Amino acid sequence: MSSPIVKLIAQRIALGVLLLFAVSILIFVGTQILPGDVAQSILGQSATPQALENLRNSLGLNDPAYIRYLRWAGGVVTGDLGTALSSGQDIAGSIGGRLWNTLFLAFWAAVISVPLAIILGLLAVRYRNGPIDKLISGLALASTSLPEFFIGYLLVYFFAVKWQIFPGISTVYDGMPFLERLRAIALPATALTLVVLAHMMRMTRAAILNVMQSAYIETAELKGLRPFDIIRKHAFPNAIAPIVNVVMLNLAFLVVGVVVIEVIFVYPGMGQYLVDHVAKRDVPVVQAVGLIFAAVYISLNIIADIAAILANPRLRHPK
Amino acid sequence: MSEELTRLGGQVLAGRVSRREFLARAGALGVTAAAAATLLGSHAQAQAPVRGGHLKAGMQGGESTNVLDPALNLSQVPYAFCRQWGEFLVRVQRDGTLQNRIAEEVTASADAKTWTMKIRDGVEFHNGKTVTAEDVVATIERHADEKSQSGALGVLKSITGVKADGKNVVVTLTDPDADFPYLMADYHLVIQPNGGRDDPNAGISAGPYKVSVFEPGVRAGGERFANFWDADNLGYADQVEIIVINDPTARTAALQGGQVHMINRVEPKIVDLVKRVPGVRIENISGRGFYPFNMFCDTAPFDNNDLRLALKLAMDREEMLDKILRGYGTVGNDYPINKAYPLYPEGIEQRAFDPEKAAELYKKSGHSGPIVLRTSEVAFPGAVDAAQLYQQSAAKAGIAIEVKREPGDGYWSEVWNKQPFSLSYWGGRATQNQMYSTAYLSNADWNDTRFKRPDFDRMVLAARGELDTEKRKAIYRDLAVIMRDEGGLIVPFFNDYIDAVNDKVQGWKGHPEGELMDGYALAECWLTA
Repeated sequence: MSSPIVKLIAQRIALGVLLLFAVSILIFVGTQILPGDVAQSILGQSATPQALENLRNSLGLNDPAYIRYLRWAGGVVTGDLGTALSSGQDIAGSIGGRLWNTLFLAFWAAVISVPLAIILGLLAVRYRNGPIDKLISGLALASTSLPEFFIGYLLVYFFAVKWQIFPGISTVYDGMPFLERLRAIALPATALTLVVLAHMMRMTRAAILNVMQSAYIETAELKGLRPFDIIRKHAFPNAIAPIVNVVMLNLAFLVVGVVVIEVIFVYPGMGQYLVDHVAKRDVPVVQAVGLIFAAVYISLNIIADIAAILANPRLRHPK
Repeated sequence: MSEELTRLGGQVLAGRVSRREFLARAGALGVTAAAAATLLGSHAQAQAPVRGGHLKAGMQGGESTNVLDPALNLSQVPYAFCRQWGEFLVRVQRDGTLQNRIAEEVTASADAKTWTMKIRDGVEFHNGKTVTAEDVVATIERHADEKSQSGALGVLKSITGVKADGKNVVVTLTDPDADFPYLMADYHLVIQPNGGRDDPNAGISAGPYKVSVFEPGVRAGGERFANFWDADNLGYADQVEIIVINDPTARTAALQGGQVHMINRVEPKIVDLVKRVPGVRIENISGRGFYPFNMFCDTAPFDNNDLRLALKLAMDREEMLDKILRGYGTVGNDYPINKAYPLYPEGIEQRAFDPEKAAELYKKSGHSGPIVLRTSEVAFPGAVDAAQLYQQSAAKAGIAIEVKREPGDGYWSEVWNKQPFSLSYWGGRATQNQMYSTAYLSNADWNDTRFKRPDFDRMVLAARGELDTEKRKAIYRDLAVIMRDEGGLIVPFFNDYIDAVNDKVQGWKGHPEGELMDGYALAECWLTA
């Protein structure tokens, strides 16, 4: 590893940390602007003024905002996310299981969708502008154009209600056998795959097609390589940077953008957890979840950047 | 014909049709008396409770912020789950009377200010301890504590002293209250060892099921408690489970797919579709809940009773019931009481849509310009449509309504009970006294119509302390008439509770107190193969 690369990577990471800090302030300010307060939301319509005041005092809501922010930020740095205002439970503990569930679903959706998208992209380039290319692109674009809740409901209607192959609700819990767990997430994973497939596939196709204009591809063709080998050996490695970029963006979506899918399939992940706590004005939880989402997004983007740097021969072999 | 007989048979067992009436109607259908009696017999046999199985409900109304502490019970899932693991002093029955549970006997002093509850012998908590009068006292004290966050705090305000006296719990009140035992049926008042002070979230009481899993916002489950004191009447399934499914489509799909046996909150607009699903039936019952349009009686322009009356007359209740609830409800009459309440006031004229009279009163009120009505989809299902429908019927009376749609997030803290004209919902209460005391006394915590009338307050208090039923009924009739003609409440309709149930579930008896048999469906129903 040469020094410019290390320096670039270190810069990216430092920038990421700084960004994360800025995001934490944004999140905090955002939660302060929300109308209503925690006590009112916890007790709901049946809150008496007395009960409200008691709850506010015991939750420390009467302190100024900046003190609450500093108290919380200090805790996060030392690994303490605090306790949820609404339930009094330790946030780190209750988020753990939810985060694991979200990552589990995202992982399997990625395992299916990323190779599938890249292979379909390669096939589309190989048979570009032919019927196979049009079919792949058409189907992928159609699945992306449909809103994700509609795809979800379609899957539920056919696979859960009509044919009863997979369960329509994906409740998973600790100690569930692995295969049963996989069966439970079959439908949401499929729905997510359909949602992210087209973006990655189209970008793969476009990136490789771009490279295919190069002179060395022509050389490869002239020396008699088979078309698929040209794509695999010469075009694909040079198109990796944009492909990794779009893959990472979609991976980030699989982690932070699945609220709708989680609600439809009743999957106990982070999205539903966040929505419930926003509704309750449970500031510490919203901030913790927001921060985790931001961290996922930022780190996946750093990985994409680093991959792009490493894939660039001019940086790998400086003069 | 056989379908009709089956339905009738079910009604005999549910107590809605007498045995004699069944035989008569069977005769009318061309069945001989002997054959009909056999039919009824086989039907009754099929209806005998079956023990065992794992009964599951898919429910709207659970969040990942829920806790087991019954003091903080609010949404539907904690409500229904505490019916499985919790035990109460008394329980409101379908006819509005009380059933004694942990309280074996409840007696009042002559002035209805001192109440004595005898604690039943041999009721055991899930932790093996026996329920004592001290536990009951501690429970009431915890919920009535000024520092308490209990949702029951408001209803317990009238208590000045609670003490244990051997097997008795003696409660003294500030004012006479003939309905005091109904306060003890409040769903927050789950009797817990030492009142739940040691660990409010332990989930220990004396109900038919022991808490086995509690994952907030995901699922909650219980296993049958072997030493449950009332095992003959509750707790047939070995295990019960509530799965939180907040999305209505997912909930219906889970019922169709057989993953759950019953669901709550079937939207009126899809009831007819659900009815067509094989193996699934709709169970609806009219409850005490209603969907009010609240006007602040102390805020202009609603401080003018002519304007309030004009707005009431401009409501087309029949159309509203038909279009918003698809007929799953009953029209309201601008007071918060319906036939599901004990001592229902008879013979009050039903208010009808009268645009001419409304226009006349509107002119008399001297108001001009549009009236802002605030609504949101969280007020009740169809609340935005209801506001628009009202806008149109009011326009026929020449009254301009400006519908303002508010975000659902924050509606209960920023709009309801803050803005002078808005839509809301009320779940209803066990008695008329509770309903009026909760929302229509001058100093009521949730006086969401700002209705402040000293004479009305005095009448409510008089009815509360009146032990003579006929006299109470007369006062309640007067109260209803005042509300109807001078109150700030427009009640277009009382809504039905609509559940959907798998045909394998037997023993279903709807309850006007709430959906899923007032939360007791899992404990009172059983599964057949």
